[in-house]
Amino acid sequence: MQRIYEVMFIVRPDMADEDLDKLIVALESQVTTAGGTVKAKEKMGKRRLAYRVGGFLDGFYVLLTLEGGGELVHEIERRLRVTEPVIKFITVRMDEEQKRLDKMKKLRDAKKRSAPAPVATATPEAPTAQAEAAPGEPAAVTA
Amino acid sequence: MAEQIGQRSSGGHTGGGHTGGGHSGGGYAGGRSEGGPRAPRPAGGGGPGGPGGRKFFRRKKVCKFCVEKIDGVNYKDVRLLQGFVAESGKIVPRRLTGVCTRHQRRVSAAIKQARNIALLPFSNR
Repeated sequence: MQRIYEVMFIVRPDMADEDLDKLIVALESQVTTAGGTVKAKEKMGKRRLAYRVGGFLDGFYVLLTLEGGGELVHEIERRLRVTEPVIKFITVRMDEEQKRLDKMKKLRDAKKRSAPAPVATATPEAPTAQAEAAPGEPAAVTA
Repeated sequence: MAEQIGQRSSGGHTGGGHTGGGHSGGGYAGGRSEGGPRAPRPAGGGGPGGPGGRKFFRRKKVCKFCVEKIDGVNYKDVRLLQGFVAESGKIVPRRLTGVCTRHQRRVSAAIKQARNIALLPFSNR
């Protein structure tokens, strides 16, 4: 039950900020009562829509990242459908993608670590030699 | 006589089919063939790859994602996706952008998701 979902929804632009916060808080409490966790929430701001949605040309985007099961998403979507200010939403499942990205990152890091190791050992020798030589000269001058 | 004609026509039919020839290079082995040598096969580059009937060489296009090592394509980064969408809003074929099959499929899916959430238009005039 460790599925990660991203729910992005658009709220009509003429909605008040407090109402929007109330809506988000209500959704979050719904998530926690259903046994999930809200990993992140992000208000993406007002954006121009690519096409007219429900008579509006602008919308306020909100992104929620949730962790939970499939029924949780069902419930959230049902709520969003019923909520009047929400004009569009999309849910994307992200855990498989996240797994793949983490795996690629690990491979990349492993490759990076193995490749520049010989180079890293060579460079510390040169600066230390220079550091020794440089204070040598001014010390001789002051003395 | 009839048999001969029949055979000739059937031979022509199988010869002209284009069903199998589309997928060039790796990447279509069920989708999860990660790891190992990710040799980026430049999609359809070189002379024989030009389906438009060009006589001269088109310079080899490389897949932007393979070269810059961009891993995940998200429906949220509209800037990145707009480079793969025409002015009319249509998705640009990969023979024009030089993207490899694997990434073209991901870009395509991301564009469709972005269209659904009104980040990209379905069609522009």
